[in-house]
Amino acid sequence: MYEITKKKVLANVGGARTTLMVVKAPDVARVCLPGQFVMIRVNETGERIPLTVADFDRDRGEVTIVFQEVGKTTKLLGTLEEGEFIQDFVGPLGKATPADKKYGTVVAIGGGCGSAIAYPVARAFKDAGNYLITINGARSMDFLIYRDEMKSISDEWYETTDDGSCGVHGFVTTVLADLIEKGRDIDLVFAVGPVPMMKFVAKTTESKGIHTIVSLNSIMVDGTGMCGACRVSVGGQMKFSCVDGPEFDGHQVDFDELMRRLEAYKEKEAISLEEWEKQAGGR
Amino acid sequence: MADEKPKRKRKPPTKKVPMPEQDPDVRRRNFEEVALGYTAEQAIEEAMKCLQCRNPKCISGCPVEVPIKQFVELVQEGKFVEAAMKIKETNSLPAVCGRVCPQETQCEASCIYGIRNEPIAIGRLERFVADFARQKGEDLPELPPKIGKKVAVIGCGPAGLTCAGDLILLGYDVTIFEAFHKGGGVLQYGIPEFRLPKDIVDAEIEYLQRLGVDIKYNFVIGKIRTIKELMEVDGYEAVFIGSGAGAPNFMHIEGMNLVDVFSANEFLTRVNLMKGYRFPEYDTPVNIGNKVAVIGGGNVAMDAARTSLRLGAEEVYIVYRRAREQMPARAEEIHHAEEEGVQFKLLMNPVEVLGDGAKHVIGMKCIRMELGEPDASGRRRPVPIPNSEFVLDVDMVIVAIGNSPNPIIPSTTPGLSVSKWGTIEIDEETGMTTVPGVFAGGDIVTGAATVISAMGAGKRAARGIHEYLSKN
Repeated sequence: MYEITKKKVLANVGGARTTLMVVKAPDVARVCLPGQFVMIRVNETGERIPLTVADFDRDRGEVTIVFQEVGKTTKLLGTLEEGEFIQDFVGPLGKATPADKKYGTVVAIGGGCGSAIAYPVARAFKDAGNYLITINGARSMDFLIYRDEMKSISDEWYETTDDGSCGVHGFVTTVLADLIEKGRDIDLVFAVGPVPMMKFVAKTTESKGIHTIVSLNSIMVDGTGMCGACRVSVGGQMKFSCVDGPEFDGHQVDFDELMRRLEAYKEKEAISLEEWEKQAGGR
Repeated sequence: MADEKPKRKRKPPTKKVPMPEQDPDVRRRNFEEVALGYTAEQAIEEAMKCLQCRNPKCISGCPVEVPIKQFVELVQEGKFVEAAMKIKETNSLPAVCGRVCPQETQCEASCIYGIRNEPIAIGRLERFVADFARQKGEDLPELPPKIGKKVAVIGCGPAGLTCAGDLILLGYDVTIFEAFHKGGGVLQYGIPEFRLPKDIVDAEIEYLQRLGVDIKYNFVIGKIRTIKELMEVDGYEAVFIGSGAGAPNFMHIEGMNLVDVFSANEFLTRVNLMKGYRFPEYDTPVNIGNKVAVIGGGNVAMDAARTSLRLGAEEVYIVYRRAREQMPARAEEIHHAEEEGVQFKLLMNPVEVLGDGAKHVIGMKCIRMELGEPDASGRRRPVPIPNSEFVLDVDMVIVAIGNSPNPIIPSTTPGLSVSKWGTIEIDEETGMTTVPGVFAGGDIVTGAATVISAMGAGKRAARGIHEYLSKN
């Protein structure tokens, strides 16, 4: 059992919440690195889902997770309060981002909930001496998270919203394309967020040959390379997100296949959520 | 003439007392156990046939050295709890072995009574006494004084549990590190409830915990902690790696990443470990098609096929590229699958899984095969018959063609020698790897094999560890 020591709702738009939790998990906190993930199971009847590490504090033995409450499992997780416990918390899994190297100019992009995951990676890029440009994007202002955090570590900082309610009116790729067009020398792009966003980021950088790392959110059961649910086509080869990733070369990933695979349990997920809301009324 | 010799009458060969089973038409739609187990009378009746040979051969056929003759004698006397204790002297998991061991190729294959008759049903007797003792409530054996040395066991599957069980009986402090939230390894995530109820697996593990084995769940060694740290920081003087066969193999054909193609590992883990068959009471969903093809001919393929039926599939096919005689699955499993209505598509090999625009499976293209010359394994090699392709009408595919070793531990343990297949290399005698004090056994060493061979490896390593720690 893993204690929740802090909980904060980062965004709440008409009940669609993005929530941050700090979890006591000293063994994980001791060794986890930006880009890695944990598998969690909320309770005895729960499913296992992967969540990318959003932050960690080795001294306090704590790991931060940030999640959007979209399905039963994330909504159920969202009902837990400070002082309550998560049943299982396994990690750190997957490979870390190679963010401890100096590339030159790095653009780190976070979309929606992905901003929370982009943050520790971006910070690592900065710490390694890179010139850091961040682009933080969301549907609208109310969905933007990690704004101050991103700003505080960036040499250059941009925000975008689809509806123009804050920052640049448009997508993260609007800013990225603009930077490229202006002839900015970009050595590396890191992007994490919704699959379509990552797909278009990769498209935007492809013609210029800018190396682009994306962090995938495949369906997983064990998260340790045993089930193969998370397989993804990368450069025509079968890879497992959990052990070979979760980060891959964005120019090689078959995003359309990934999107289809993410929908594999869509019907069952709807049933699960509906049943739960009917029975528990949200708790 | 009058001095014609009367013919010596020989009794006809006897058969095993039959195992009561659920009716195939009923059980194909439920997850309850197929075999129901002997009654006390049936057990005694079967045991009474045992010759109690002066030089029994059965025990030499058992990888975990169960004192078969002695325990069967105790069954003859109706001393069932004592019989179970006798088995537990060398085998930590009798209720499991009694259900999933291939006795026909092991103890029962060497049974002297079995030369002229069906052998004594050793497996069924083992199962009976283990179940009897568990229900009765088992006392713990007397344990030796603690040696004062700590051993770490990685993986709570058959190899790890056996190794831990043997070491605790020798007086070591034993901690098992398990990646999942439950113990049992393949017994928990792989073998279905209808063949091995999870209550029984849990009970066998609990017994080991009562003996003093400590189990740490959610602990992925190689990630959260390395073997080096276990030994240098945490004070473990020896380590046993029983992490199992990790990564599922897929075929190198088109369509393997379609949405309705699953590894048997994923499918069975969702159903067994995560209890997906009780969705939505349990949150983990599992999809099932109307027409399911399971690729492969081993026990895992049989498990996946029979599970598919139970989840409601109308047609379930085993697609196997060789002939029936060459299937690696146990005869009993094949027989049970067939009784339940699984259809065998033999001498057929998939060449492509066909998908629609939404990446859903709409069929599987196969080619017919025939048997050619024997290959390196001695089995006749299947060769494709030219122009014999056809499309099997299926909407879901499960791939059950084996596993490759998980790379997490080898890649984080310097000095650990692995084969070109990624399996860990050991000294056959002691079970020790190329890293002093680090032992290994089970699927991580042999590649995918059986529960009992993994248990045998766990036992061998426990002996190796004891020897190593007695010297050092």
